[in-house]
Amino acid sequence: MRYLPKSPSERQEMLAAIGAGSAEELFECIPEKFRLRQPLPLPGPLSEAEIIQYFQARAAENARGFTSFLGAGVYQHLRSVVADALIQRGEFLTSYTPYQAEISQGTLQAIFEFQTLMCQLTGQEVANASMYDGSTALTEAVLMAERLTGRRRVVLARSVHPEYRQVLATYGKNLGLEIEEIGFAGTGQLDRAALTKEKLADAAALVVQSPNFFGVLEDLPALADVAHGSGALLVTGIAEAMSLGIVRPPAEADIVAMEGQSFGIAPSYGGPFLGVIATREKFVRQMPGRLAGQTTDADGRRGFVLTLATREQHIRREKATSNICTNEALYALAATIHLCLAGKEGLREAALQNLAKARFAQAELEKIPGVRRVFSGPVFNEFALEFPRSVKLINAALLGEKIVGPFALGTHYPELTKRGLVCVTETMPRAEIERLAAAIRRILETPL
Amino acid sequence: MALNSKSTETESSATADTPAGTIRGAGRHVTLDEGLIFEKSAPGKRGMEIPPLDVPAVDPVAALGREFARGPIEGLPEVSEIEVVRHFTRLSSWNYAIDLGMYPLGSCTMKYNPRVNEHVARLDGLASEHPLQPAEVAQGCLKILHDLQKCLLTITGMDAATLEPAAGAQGELAGLLMIRAYLASRGNARKKVLIPDSAHGTNPASVVIAGYEVQNIRSNARGQIDTDHLREFATEDVAALMVTNPSTLGIFEERIAEIAAILHERGALLYMDGANMNALAGVTRPGDFGVDVLHLNLHKTFSTPHGGGGPGAGPVLVKKILEPFLPVPVVVQKEDGRYALDHNRPKSVGRVRAYCGNFGVLLRALAYTLAYGPGIRQATEDAVVNANYIRKNLEAHFDLPYDLPSLHEVVFSDARQRQHGVNTMDIAKRLIDYGFHPYTTAFPLIVPGAMMIEPTESESKEECDRFIQAMRSIAAEAEANPEIVKTAPHSTRVGRLDEVAAARKPVLRWKP
Repeated sequence: MRYLPKSPSERQEMLAAIGAGSAEELFECIPEKFRLRQPLPLPGPLSEAEIIQYFQARAAENARGFTSFLGAGVYQHLRSVVADALIQRGEFLTSYTPYQAEISQGTLQAIFEFQTLMCQLTGQEVANASMYDGSTALTEAVLMAERLTGRRRVVLARSVHPEYRQVLATYGKNLGLEIEEIGFAGTGQLDRAALTKEKLADAAALVVQSPNFFGVLEDLPALADVAHGSGALLVTGIAEAMSLGIVRPPAEADIVAMEGQSFGIAPSYGGPFLGVIATREKFVRQMPGRLAGQTTDADGRRGFVLTLATREQHIRREKATSNICTNEALYALAATIHLCLAGKEGLREAALQNLAKARFAQAELEKIPGVRRVFSGPVFNEFALEFPRSVKLINAALLGEKIVGPFALGTHYPELTKRGLVCVTETMPRAEIERLAAAIRRILETPL
Repeated sequence: MALNSKSTETESSATADTPAGTIRGAGRHVTLDEGLIFEKSAPGKRGMEIPPLDVPAVDPVAALGREFARGPIEGLPEVSEIEVVRHFTRLSSWNYAIDLGMYPLGSCTMKYNPRVNEHVARLDGLASEHPLQPAEVAQGCLKILHDLQKCLLTITGMDAATLEPAAGAQGELAGLLMIRAYLASRGNARKKVLIPDSAHGTNPASVVIAGYEVQNIRSNARGQIDTDHLREFATEDVAALMVTNPSTLGIFEERIAEIAAILHERGALLYMDGANMNALAGVTRPGDFGVDVLHLNLHKTFSTPHGGGGPGAGPVLVKKILEPFLPVPVVVQKEDGRYALDHNRPKSVGRVRAYCGNFGVLLRALAYTLAYGPGIRQATEDAVVNANYIRKNLEAHFDLPYDLPSLHEVVFSDARQRQHGVNTMDIAKRLIDYGFHPYTTAFPLIVPGAMMIEPTESESKEECDRFIQAMRSIAAEAEANPEIVKTAPHSTRVGRLDEVAAARKPVLRWKP
């Protein structure tokens, strides 16, 4: 077997040195009745070429070669081959969590740079070394708010990503977390009229997302004022991090929970992605996840270590701020490299292109009879449209044109049937936007 | 790895193991002293260009409103592509890695990460796919998930699976939530989860999030779960026992079936932390020895890269009785042979992560499993041979606190070296000078001064011999010249770093 570096005679030599007659003897500590007598009926073994063939066959069964207008928390953005080449260096790819700082300075310095970038983008003071993804980051941010305030109630905007809300509900269920949802207004933003003092009384946090699931930007400074007026923290989720290139950062939020997939990470059918938590310095000791910090060695040389580990499970066990151990370090590195490449100008330019292309697409689609926008609030690269017939039907027809159409909002919002969420990023050529518009026009002109 | 000398242009280098000697009259090249990327930034540089905009430009203030628009982000780096490549390549040279040599971190299973797995994870049609695209055009992704599920069920002897958890700790939580939901459906969710004192820290931390109390139970003098103690503690308040098998000592719980019976008798379930599954794959199946719930760490046993701390994946395998409670969505094959995501599961514990889990990691784990097929047993055997070979060759030099047979890892203690003032961390740091990554230090907690060594199957006899020589040499140094061990490492770019200062006055980001 090509991954195993021992010859049969070396195996025999090693067994002899151990004093065992066979490998089977080494397993005698396992009660005999539980030891397998037959090889497992697994597919394989496959050579490298056969493995590639298997996965190429699977790739051909997907939407390869389709044009997709899906966003809804996962975005197709330009990714430089440079970031992907660098994260495949064995020294990054095949290293462990940097607990042994002297031989992990590469990873540690990169994490420190990542933390810095996340602070610059979000307008927050500290950021951690990553969480699993946006959904779990948001949940952990809420649990953090609960610890910080000693309160158990959470007011949660329905315009937060529905799957993020489901994850929060799963975690919150057994922790005595009381979740109260709050609806959205005609702007697509949180319904301010429903956000009363009573609603926020004794709340640990007001939890919103911006851009929210409908692509609409929330008025965070105003929401922070309202939350703080009741002693609640403002927790802000961000599913489309690219927006930060042009949209005002959530500096007023007390905790930011972000999905960083937009920075150089492939959609990859939903993961691995990149969760981020950023917050105020004074809250750092309640933060979950790893943190890299700067320090020096005995000779005064600058170096980096994992720090404030007394928050973490390997030290604090049941008293830890979270059970998280493994995070998404390699993708934090990918995002760091991506952001360094894009830089100050590139990030802004890419964000501006998203804005322009989404505006163009919205205008093109609204020219189709019976199609109109659902919400009046400001959007970045994603917007909800109302169609004269079911989005699922339209999408089924679009598949025939090799287009993956809008996300059907009725999936999660019964009141939003016939509404679809369209996403257009800098990667979408104008011709494809026009092809989508033409296809939808044609589909809607065809009688049911 | 370039184990760069830390000596500089001055003559102050006391360690003097620098082959090149000292340099006068010029600073060393920055490959030895790379700064932060922010320190290289200069206005107007960039490392990425974007195709020109092919629709009318919009003014952000006009489009979003003044209150929502933002100007250029202060502090973001402005650097060229070559500077980015060099910066991160230089940083990478300061890391140790499996690709460079043995990485014997106990309980971490640092095995070879096959390159073909990286290749297939990046294929167009896999890396490019959106998790919300209709099942009609996601059959390939769904089949990959379903095939992996089948393989994992075959290897573990369990009945049903979820691939959604993003890492081992999240798998623990998902498993505990299923136990809670199952017990609640029978009328009483119960209050406590038992955890042996040798367990990973994630176990108790996950128990708390699942809404249970932690009850620690002692190991006996042989490092095994004390069944008398278990009988005493397994009251009707107890929902489950979380056992790592083989334990973090690398020892199989020989009374595992009795442990399962004690729990089942009292209506509690047996949870197995599969972190050490690399000792068992192809040899024995947890489903056969009474385990009800099991999580796997695909970034350990199934070779997906650790990437400096993640990503991982923590699938959970369960017995039939727990199937209705699996997190949503569940990957299913329909009667017509097509695959789908099943969201309609009324008894489910809910969703633990957005979308379908860390697909890119799951895919790599399937590639690994397909490479071995039924031959996966050979990998397990080689891992166990390596650990026992190292044990045999080091037991004359280091204290072995528990002497039951080892499987995939061996745990020594620093008891002998401590007499010379040398502890497990010192020995670990000295290993770096010999070109190895340290073993796991100070864990499990039941062994004072633990030295936990897991070679994995990826090491040749030659590499094991080299490691043994290094360890023996350090044992000799600890007696003859303890100072050289206590002040190690001597060969790295930086020496031991001041962790106390880092925590007392945290500097967690760069500022201009």
